Amino acid sequence: MGLHAYLALAAVVFAIGLFGVITRRNMVGILLGIELMLNAVNINLVAFSRFNGEVTGMVLTVFAICITVAEVALGLAIVILLFRTRRTAMADHVDWLKG
Amino acid sequence: MTLEVFGFWALAVVLVGSALAVVLTKNLFHSVLWLALALTGTAGIFLMLDAEFLAGVQILLYAGGVVTVVVFAIVVTERLVGTKLSHTSRRAWLGGGVAAMFLAVMLSQLARVPLSPLKIPMESDPTRLIGSAVLTRFLLPFELLAVVLLVSLLAASYFARPEE
Repeated sequence: MGLHAYLALAAVVFAIGLFGVITRRNMVGILLGIELMLNAVNINLVAFSRFNGEVTGMVLTVFAICITVAEVALGLAIVILLFRTRRTAMADHVDWLKG
Repeated sequence: MTLEVFGFWALAVVLVGSALAVVLTKNLFHSVLWLALALTGTAGIFLMLDAEFLAGVQILLYAGGVVTVVVFAIVVTERLVGTKLSHTSRRAWLGGGVAAMFLAVMLSQLARVPLSPLKIPMESDPTRLIGSAVLTRFLLPFELLAVVLLVSLLAASYFARPEE
């Protein structure tokens, strides 16, 4: 399989994640969509790295995975905090900053 | 059909199918389980690209860690509010339109760019190369990453502290 196939697969997964982020109303659901998008980016990085015989992309993937895990932990902590104060997990209901 | 082509298509079907299930299924808990399958499929793709170390990290951190944390969050929040979390979608047409347009642009650009179909051999084992790159060329980002993880750990435990 050529590089094109991997990049096309990653583009499809990214588009699905984008769809999830736009359409989901639950904050946890939005986070899952972001996960899918980040995952697609990782596929791209590893595919370019492998096909160019260059390890940089794989190192960046290690970094990206770590950042993603930190992001999920923080995002869920915020979701739980909002749940405590507002009793909601819907992104639309979090509008304290609305003018 | 060689084994590589077959493996790629099998993994692609699993990955795309489970990704669709993540964004379309009504049950939030099922969504997370489908995400675990999608992340495991990605680990398979990494294996096909000779990145064994990344496949291991992917399964340990994502399928093991992230999914567990999300399940915990769902259980805790449902316990707090006493009802099942609703997990509906809205603006499906807008989302579908944006995603389809993005996909069309990406694929049409991909079709135009000439890319090498052949894998250039790595200098040695990718895992060994990653290890030495992280401790030489990427030492500063690596150390900064440790700081980021520490800060996010502190922040997460601060946010989730028990109420006074």
